[in-house]
Amino acid sequence: MVLGAVAGIGRSTLALVAGLGRGVLFMAQTIAAIFSPPFYFREFASALLTIGYLSLPVVGLTAIFTGAALALQIYAGGSRFQAEAVVPSIVAIGMTRELGPVLGGLMVAARVASSIAAEIGTMKVTEQIDALVTLSTNPMRYLTAPRVLAATLTVPILVAVGDSIGIFGGYLVGTGRLGFNSAAYLKNTVDFLEMWDVTSGLIKGAVFGFLIALVGCYFGMNSGRGAQGVGRATKSAVVAASVLILAANYLLTELFFTG
Amino acid sequence: MIELRGVHKSFGNNAVLRGVDLTIPKGESMVIIGGSGTGKSVTLKCVLGLVKPDAGSVLVDGQDVTTADRDAFLARFGMLFQGAALFDSMTVWQNVAFRLLRGSLKKTKSEARDIAIEKLRRVGLKPDVADLYPAELSGGMQKRVGLARAIAADPEIIFFDEPTTGLDPIMAGVINELIREIVVEMGATAMTITHDMTSVRAIADDVAMLHDGVIKWTGRVDQMDSSGDPYLDQFINGRAEGPIAAVR
Repeated sequence: MVLGAVAGIGRSTLALVAGLGRGVLFMAQTIAAIFSPPFYFREFASALLTIGYLSLPVVGLTAIFTGAALALQIYAGGSRFQAEAVVPSIVAIGMTRELGPVLGGLMVAARVASSIAAEIGTMKVTEQIDALVTLSTNPMRYLTAPRVLAATLTVPILVAVGDSIGIFGGYLVGTGRLGFNSAAYLKNTVDFLEMWDVTSGLIKGAVFGFLIALVGCYFGMNSGRGAQGVGRATKSAVVAASVLILAANYLLTELFFTG
Repeated sequence: MIELRGVHKSFGNNAVLRGVDLTIPKGESMVIIGGSGTGKSVTLKCVLGLVKPDAGSVLVDGQDVTTADRDAFLARFGMLFQGAALFDSMTVWQNVAFRLLRGSLKKTKSEARDIAIEKLRRVGLKPDVADLYPAELSGGMQKRVGLARAIAADPEIIFFDEPTTGLDPIMAGVINELIREIVVEMGATAMTITHDMTSVRAIADDVAMLHDGVIKWTGRVDQMDSSGDPYLDQFINGRAEGPIAAVR
């Protein structure tokens, strides 16, 4: 009984470490593939479109409602110690440093990691990946590298757009519902916002983008057989991408804003 | 010439190949037969370098497949997959011309399209299918497109993985005939795996029977019926009784 439990812990630890090792190896291969020819520009352009441009609506909607709710919350919280005036600056700082990149990243993870994993997983189970190899095309360069590069470059742009829309959401609620003067709201937003607040959020976005596409490709390439295998790969990709984003967010925040 | 020498491959505790020795002379059509799960696909994947053998060697024209320059090496191969394995995000002609649109064999788009249409014609498809997507085609047509893609870059060696699986008998006959014609016409070396005996008789010059991870019998296709080998006899006559235990 005790031995069985210990063996169980051992097995899961081994599986975890092996999985981690495979993931890191996959990451190294991906980075190597990004920087070594041949480059597939058409695949890259198509990834830019599907990962970046087509994610704009979902990121924008997430941001506007988040900014609006944030303004209400800060106003309610601030009024407890007569600090309602901080609403514009806290909305701006909150959106750019944390909520823009994290919520934007999570929404992109849901949308993009799942679709990449499902697409590549289906290609794997229908032997399309093997077919690529027999057609002298390295799947890491043809499928993984363009997607990971596109996500790394576009997610920061999505975050920047999300930041602006989120701040605008706060502005709408601030001026429309909370009685802020429009000019004063904007002045407060701009005066208290530092460049680093925005840049740090964009760096987070790039890291999240990299993780999202990497995880999607990893689970797709390692998908099990049949519809069930692809389903499991898709689910695992979204869960892993989301958890990695939150963990990476903590580590980056620790790195950027302490010490 | 393709040579397999003492090829072993296991997946976990499951020893799939236990010392496969096989020679396929240049320009010959070799068909490997055997029941499901006997390692036919793994053998083929070892030759292609998609699976690395645990022991033994696979030589193509004397060159070890695991150490050869992959790109140049694979450029000599064509393969027809069991489910055709067409890229569903691309049109039919882009699938056929995949190799001609990128990499070392890259041609201009219009040249590649012309070659693709010519190859489609060779497998009996009209030019108007060129702009359709694979999902819009029937199973038999997908197989033909897969065949056109396999021969698009005029390979020296062509692999066929269960070419008639999932097709009706007439379409299977058409595909068998096409394969035979194309292999003879191109003078290519062909390696086919199948368990369809009609296919074997239509395509093969030589036959090898794979069972329990080793080659049990190999010889010319016309010697197959008089081999006296109990494994081969049971298989080609489809008998439930014999040395090969059938799982009921």
